[in-house]
Order: sequence, then C-alpha cells, then structure tokens
Amino acid sequence: MDFALSADQRLMQASITGVLSRVSPLARVRAFAEGGEPVARDVWTALTELGLPGLLVAEEHGGLGLGLLDAALAAEALGACVAPAPFLSSAVVAPVALAAAGSPAQRSAWLPRLAAGEVTAGAVLHEALAGARDGAGVTAEGGRLTGASVFAVDAQGADILVVADRSGGLHLVEAKDAEIAPLPAIDATRRFAEVRFEGAPAEPLAGDSALPRVRDAAFVILAADMLGAAQAMLDKAVAYAQERRQFGRPIGSFQAVKHLCAEMAAELEPCRALVWYAAYAFDAVPAEAPLVAAHAKAHLAEVSRFVARAATEVHGGVGFTDLLGLHYWFKRIGVDRQLFGGPEHLRGHAAALQGL
Amino acid sequence: MDLAYGPQYQAFRDEVRAFLAAHHARFPSGADRPRVLAWQALLIEHGYAARTIPSAYGGFGAEPDILKSRIIAEAFAAARAPMGLSGQGISMLVPTLLELGTEAQKQQWIAPTLRGEVVWCQGYSEPGSGSDLASLATRAHEDGDDFVINGQKIWTSTAAQADMIFCLVRTEPDAPKHAGISYLIFSMKTPGIEVRPLTTMTGRAEFNEVFFTDVRVPKSQIVGQRGEGWRVANATLRHERGMLGDPNATEARFGELIELMKSETLDGARLIDQPVLRDRLMALQARALAMKFNGLRVLTSQIAGESPGLAALIVKLQGCELNHQIAALAIDALGEAGVLYGEGQHLRAQGAWQWRYMFDLGLIIGGGTAQIQKNIIAERGLGLPREAKAAP
Repeated sequence: MDFALSADQRLMQASITGVLSRVSPLARVRAFAEGGEPVARDVWTALTELGLPGLLVAEEHGGLGLGLLDAALAAEALGACVAPAPFLSSAVVAPVALAAAGSPAQRSAWLPRLAAGEVTAGAVLHEALAGARDGAGVTAEGGRLTGASVFAVDAQGADILVVADRSGGLHLVEAKDAEIAPLPAIDATRRFAEVRFEGAPAEPLAGDSALPRVRDAAFVILAADMLGAAQAMLDKAVAYAQERRQFGRPIGSFQAVKHLCAEMAAELEPCRALVWYAAYAFDAVPAEAPLVAAHAKAHLAEVSRFVARAATEVHGGVGFTDLLGLHYWFKRIGVDRQLFGGPEHLRGHAAALQGL
Repeated sequence: MDLAYGPQYQAFRDEVRAFLAAHHARFPSGADRPRVLAWQALLIEHGYAARTIPSAYGGFGAEPDILKSRIIAEAFAAARAPMGLSGQGISMLVPTLLELGTEAQKQQWIAPTLRGEVVWCQGYSEPGSGSDLASLATRAHEDGDDFVINGQKIWTSTAAQADMIFCLVRTEPDAPKHAGISYLIFSMKTPGIEVRPLTTMTGRAEFNEVFFTDVRVPKSQIVGQRGEGWRVANATLRHERGMLGDPNATEARFGELIELMKSETLDGARLIDQPVLRDRLMALQARALAMKFNGLRVLTSQIAGESPGLAALIVKLQGCELNHQIAALAIDALGEAGVLYGEGQHLRAQGAWQWRYMFDLGLIIGGGTAQIQKNIIAERGLGLPREAKAAP
C-alpha cells in the first residue's frame, strides 16, 4: 500500500505548472477574462501538447489512458494558475460520458478528436445535478432535445455538448444545433452560458450509469480545482505576510496574522489527501467513489471559501484591488463552490447515498 | 497511490481474524487486570501489540508495515476486541528509551512496560510552566550518588496508579533554561512523593498534582545526559502529538454519533431525519474522512523516511477539534437530554457525550495548546517569522 503520488505524477504536475506559467501568466488570464474570446486557443494548444485533453481517453482512441487521480492533479495545477481552459468539460465530462455509455461508433467518432484537441466539448448538466431554476430543464423525445439549461460550462466555442435531460439521460448534441447565450459570472476565467434547444437532434448515450459517473468525476475535478486555487491563495498570503512590513516588523510575525495563516494551512492540508483518495477511488474503489467524491467537493467548497476570504484579508487593502488580481482565485473558488451543486446540496446527496 | 491489499495481506487479515475468533471471547472489554495483562501478553506473542519493538526488548520485532498495522486495527475494531495497551509508558516512554536510553535502561524497562506490568506517568507540566515548559522550576540538586528533587508537577494523569514516573527536573540552575533540564525516571513509591487528585470541569479527577519533597533518585536513573532533558522530552512530545489525533478513534466515535442519531427520536421523528442535524453530521464526516486519509499520507511518508511536513504538524490541532465537534453535535442532537449528567433518569450513554465535550476541550489545551500548535504550523510549516521573544 502506498498513499502517495508517484514520481511520474509529480513530474506531470510540475510540467503542467511550468507550461501554464509560460503560456497563461496573470496577464494572459486577465486578457481572457476581460476579452470576448470563447476559448483561449493558445493555452489549450499548449496543454494539448502535454496530452491533457486525452488524459482520460483510452490509448486505443489516441489518449494517455490515465486515471482520475492524474486528471485531478492536472485540475489542481489549472486551478492554481486560474487557467482559462475547457478542461472539465472536454477532458473529463465528455471522455467519462463516452467511456461509460458511448457506443463504439460514438467513441470512435469523438474520443480521438477530443484527445487530439481538435474539438472541445461543453457540459450542459447543471439542472440534472443541482436542480432547476427559472423554469430550466431539457426534455428528450424522439432523438431531439427541447428546453433550456442555465449554467452550461465551456459551451461557447465548443463543437459538441454533453447534455443531461430531466430524467438524467445523457445526450450528445452538436453545438451548432443549440442556441448558446453567454452568461457572465463572477469568474471570467471560464465561460458559462445559457443553452437552449428547440428540437435539436441528439444522440443518446445509452446506459443509466453514465450520469453518476460523470457527476462523480466532475465533483472530484472541481474539488481539485479548488484545492489548487486555495493553495495558491494561501501561498500568496504567506509570501505577502513575510515581505509586508508594518510597525517595523513583517506582518507575518504578528500572531493575529500568523494564526490566520496557520488556520488556513490546517484546514487545507487534509483536503489534499481527501482529493487524492476521492480521485483514486473513482478508478480503484468504485463502491466508495460516489460518497467520497461528494464529500470532497462539499468540503473543499467550505475550506476554499474560508481560505479565499482569509488570504484576501492577509493581503489587506491591496488584496481587494483589481490590479493585484487575487480576485481571480477568489472568484474561481466562488463558482466552483456552486457549480453542479453547493455544499449543502452535496451533503444531502452524501447522506442519501448512505441511506441516512 | 495503491491501496490494494496484495494476496499476502489477505492472508494476514485471515490470520488476524482467526486469532480473534479463537481468543477474543476469553478476554472481553472491561476485564480484570490479570486478564488484561494475559491478553496483552497474547497480543505481543502474535505481533498484534508492540509489533515493531525489537524482540530483544520484549516486543514482536516485526518490520514496520503500515498496511499490516491497519489490518490489525480494522480487524480488532470490527470484532470490537480491545487493542493492546497504550498508556504513556508504551506510547511515549518506550519510543524515547529506544531512541535515547542506555542499553541497561532498555533491558530493564521496555519489556515490563510493554507487558503492562509497569505503569508510567509523565512529570512535565508545572503550575508555573505550561506552554513555556522549558521554564520549569522543579529542582534536582546533587547529593553524593543521588539527585534530590523538590518541586511540583501538575496534569499528571495515572499518577495514582503509576509505578514509575518519567520526569523533567532542573539540574543546572545557572544554565540557560533549555540547557538546564534533565530527564529522570524513578519509582512513584520513592519517599517524599505525594499525589493529590486534580478534579477538572468534568467533575472527575482525570489528572493529579504530584509534590516532591527531598525525593532521592540515583544519578544513574537519567535518560540522556545531564542538561539534555529538553531534547529527550521533545522526542517524547513528538510521540504524544501523534497520539492525540488518532483517526481510528475519531472514526469509532463518529460511528457512535450516527447510531445515536438513527436511534434517538424527537416528536417521534428520528434525529437523522432532521435536515439541519444531518447536514452537520455530513460536514463532520467529510472532515473525519479527510483526517483519515491525511493519516495514511503521513504514515506513507514516515515509512519512506520522508518528512511528512504540514500533513503531520496539523494533526493535533485538527484531530482534537474534530473530536470536540463530534461531541458537540451529539449534545445538540440530544438537546436537554444531552445536558443531563450524573445518575438520573433520561441520561444517555452515562453522560459520555458531555464528558467528552468537556474532556476534549482539555485535550485541545493540553499537549501543546491550540495556539501553540498554530505557532508551530506557521513557523515550522509555513516558514513565517518567529515572534520577538521577551528576555528570559
């Protein structure tokens, strides 16, 4: 037994972080956030060279055939750099949905192109996972979809959409057959949209286990994204507390500031093991995977919110400015927390999974 | 990451289960002392207690194997069989002697301590020296072949039952405070020792005060060198900090909380069906899982000889707080029945949840307060600057 990352995994994560620091520094993140491009093609191309879109795609379809832990480590690196990349939808939701429920023809049609970064996918799942608001909901009938979904991820610029209908069935829809309206959210490092279907042709993904597998994978990846973002905020807060001087001393020598940093670390450090285990369980311990995935996302949402707030406070007034850019991490965590269900919703789900 | 149990571990698990099936019934929880000691002897013989202590010193002598240790803990928990003894002698003194004791000390003390024949208490804290332990004032002055000890210790659990004490005393009063301390081991029956029970907010006396008046201890009963007691003590405290955050104990207590909330009702409805209580329960479950997996991560690092860093530094702070919150939820779920205490009607679990809620607060304070833990996390874990210290 070995509860640790392998040397390969650590190397892969360091490579991703290295590439992101080059192709997606804060200035690039800011340009994406303030501009209108649907997908940051340069960032996605660089990540494609590392194999990110194909991490979870089987080797027979041109991917790397790795596990969700590897994908979670990639997500952690992306969250740490608040990288603009359609990773969750194109590299996780679509491959997991196709692997769980795609026909051989569907897999052959889409997985190689997804793995090669030639196409990207959008995830239109929110209502099926977290409940419907404002009359949203998608109905499937006779191979066609009708209705709206309010919180689609990475749908703009996507080639295909993975859509969950009201009864939890999954479908593949070509993005050109949907009406996609941008939906500005606090986090502008990823694109969100309202998606409408009016009799859009849809290919069903057979099998009713597909949505739970997609859900569990997405929970883990969002938890990992928050882990990376929160760790980055803590690291920035600690660095700032060491360099910023007031009253003739580094502010990090004051216990009020020091203890706030210690509380962040004490809350966040066990989250790392929780995310690792949840990701590992997805492939190796399927019976435990749904529960630990839900707990991982719910718990990371709580801890990350605390870290986002406390790390901003450690920075004082400058942490509140647009110029420093710390708010990109704060907002990324804010959206991750609600996406596909907030912690209260997930804890209800966790209780139901145990028959409680 | 590979948590799979290979075939040799499946065989080991079968072996532990077979052992429990054959022997557990004769040694129930709460058995009398002779049977507790007989159970301990049987456990050591089979390698289910003192597993990695060298056999030359009365242990089983196995190589450390975290998976086997985990299998033992799981199998014993599943069978509700009592684990091996775990007092301060076994968990703190034995590792310290193994690391820093003389060969004679190891030979004399480790085996009887492991067997439970010698019970130890710890003489560290003093009324004037809590978080600033190194300021301790209990004096030991030289007189011929002996040290003569005068002073007072506090928070000494098991002092009334203990045969022996491992104790920090000031032997070099003129040296800087950390350099003037020595670590002595001596019998609690030595003339001049008085033990007074210390009643806490729980209403019970889980601790004692120990007073020393001209207590004579042979100079040979020192562990490490004169003036090096601080280093010896830190080796011991390291073991204590790991012990206070045991995730297996937390898991067992969380299991009791679930059972409580499933069996107790309010207005005829199960407590577990109240959304607010259930939400709190699930939030604690996530924390408990995180600490459990964090524990596996720390163990993996330790076995690999790597520093577990922050993952280990946070265990005492987070583990004690989690246990405290589990007790708090049990009390809130029970409402007015949760504040009953003593012998009366309607009492639940003999008042154990209230006792734990209060006693756990003592554990949050003891063994390095939560605030001291945060200093350690910030300074050693995060590299933040130390606070400017006042002149000694």
